[in-house]
Amino acid sequence: MRIQLERRASHSQAMQYLSPIIAIGLSLVSFFIIFVLSGIDPLQALYIYFVEPLTAGWSIEDLLTKAAPIILIAIGLSFCYQSAVWNIGAEGQLAAGALAGSILPVLYPSLQGPWVLAAMMIMGVLGGMAYAAIPAILKIRFNANETLTTLMLVYVANLFLDYMARGPWRDPAGMNFPNSKPFEDGQLLPIIAGDTVRLSIVFMLAAVVIAWFLTSKTMTGFKIRVLGLSPRAGAFGGFSRNKMVMLTFLISGGLAGLAGICEVAGPIGLLRTTVSPGYGFTAIIVAFLGRLHPFGILVAGLLLALSYMGGEGAQVALGLSDQTTQVFQGMLLFYVLACDSFIYYRLRFVRDRSHEATAARVAS
Amino acid sequence: MFEGILLTIITAATPLLFAAIGELVAERSGVLNLGVEGMMAVGAVCGFAASNLTGNPLLGVLAAMIAGMLAASLFGIVALFFVANQNATGVALTLFGLGLSGLIGSAFVGVPGVPIPKVYIPGLSELPVVGTLVFGQDPFVYGAILLTIATWWFIFKTRGGLILRAVGDNAASAHALGFSVFRTRFLAVLFGGACAGIAGAYLSMVYTPQWTQAMTAGRGWIALALVVFASWLPGRLVIGALLFGAVSILQLHAQALGIGIPSQFLSMLPYIVTVIALVLISRNRALLSVNTPATLGRPFVPDT
Repeated sequence: MRIQLERRASHSQAMQYLSPIIAIGLSLVSFFIIFVLSGIDPLQALYIYFVEPLTAGWSIEDLLTKAAPIILIAIGLSFCYQSAVWNIGAEGQLAAGALAGSILPVLYPSLQGPWVLAAMMIMGVLGGMAYAAIPAILKIRFNANETLTTLMLVYVANLFLDYMARGPWRDPAGMNFPNSKPFEDGQLLPIIAGDTVRLSIVFMLAAVVIAWFLTSKTMTGFKIRVLGLSPRAGAFGGFSRNKMVMLTFLISGGLAGLAGICEVAGPIGLLRTTVSPGYGFTAIIVAFLGRLHPFGILVAGLLLALSYMGGEGAQVALGLSDQTTQVFQGMLLFYVLACDSFIYYRLRFVRDRSHEATAARVAS
Repeated sequence: MFEGILLTIITAATPLLFAAIGELVAERSGVLNLGVEGMMAVGAVCGFAASNLTGNPLLGVLAAMIAGMLAASLFGIVALFFVANQNATGVALTLFGLGLSGLIGSAFVGVPGVPIPKVYIPGLSELPVVGTLVFGQDPFVYGAILLTIATWWFIFKTRGGLILRAVGDNAASAHALGFSVFRTRFLAVLFGGACAGIAGAYLSMVYTPQWTQAMTAGRGWIALALVVFASWLPGRLVIGALLFGAVSILQLHAQALGIGIPSQFLSMLPYIVTVIALVLISRNRALLSVNTPATLGRPFVPDT
């Protein structure tokens, strides 16, 4: 007896919502097994990972702070993935945004006034957009595979960031730390709730709502989906594939850039050699886990922000490597992708080897 | 001096060649596995761990191969059996592999590696110039060359290679003829995993005999670009690997010579050159389409 997939007559609405939940469940079970194998009390470990971060008021704030950049980036990536554009270089676009947005506070530290912060944000967005435009142009003009070019550009951007933080932009009074001078008050995102929740939360919520409106209520959203599902159908409909590639790259690069400058002008407060612990890659998982839907991404982003916090807690309490979080995230993406196939397929148990029988009939 | 540089170029090219030849076979079957970086990372840490624990480098290589294949089978199950999007599954494999290697490797940070002796072919390696260059390499280098020749022979001269190409070019027809698309692709992906595992082991056991987090440093992605660069032909892969090996070695030599360029810009070179190479190759669609597996990246589910 063999097991194989069989196409469903129509896609399963139920699985569309169940799949991420099943995937999370399977990831938790796998994590449980990993903990048992490592000789760690699995229940305590899971508690530290996924419950403890939610029990204190300050940690809810921390959760929102971590989720904001991830969700911002994932919203942008969802536009790309809906139109079958494989931008996986958001981590580099984030660095570009952080760099571009830091130009004013680093070079003109005395600049003050509300417009400075606004200008920093806009420059961050433009920086991310400009960096994302490179692979977009290479794809449109030269047919270069965007998966590979965006990834290569992550390394380039991170090395450039490293150079700037250690070299020209280093704070001369900074005791030789590879940092820029700390940003002044007027160059930092204001705290709008609690002790650490900053304005970037508003940007994130706005991005979610605007993305929802764009994808479900406008012609542009419709074009993106049609071109993603079938470039040929899109072409017959008169939609330009190239324009859509550029548009989705600019949206995702701009949001990644915004996330970058929000990190620098927010929780970090200065420019340093690394500004992101892999938010650009985590956002890929969030985009898929959230069904490429803005509200799904909001929920998925909070969950993966939780895994970052749990990872930090587990490092302290259990002495676990910080890589545990990455293992969990990678595993989760595997499970989501596998479970998603049940939206369009169902499992079938084949008793006879009908396929070989057919082949024999064809041959004879 | 010149000979020394050539030697280091070959050393830098070897892991790229291993990883790329495995991916070439997978792509010939129509599967785009973007998880090379992750499989290499897992291979690097398992190879290092096994050779350290046993003191036997051969067991290290074997462990790296098996680890690479296990990682590849994860990809195979999700992308081939569950017909998930291959791009996303490959990214998942890379994230998972890099994380897992960090988890396993945390116990091996700062531990010295087991030295692998170079193989000197008696008589021949004493020849001037070509002596050590051709006949005094570590066993991996010979292995990579043999593997490339064997792969070329398999793809173009055997029935198995014909099936592989048929599945990659037209999965539906191959299926109708009675060949199992799933089995062919899964085996090709496993082969890719074994090769990536060895590539990783080379980094942690020979290239820099130690383990550090993220030591693959994007070589898996460069290997993917190399396959495009070589337009899916094993012979061109050797040239490409040497070229990219040269670029990554040049930056080290430039640093050693004290050229006044900041090290970060030199370190960018391999990635920038990869992008440029991709652009130069990809702009010529006609050249590219001759050998591109026609169903590359497209999932296949038989309608039974």
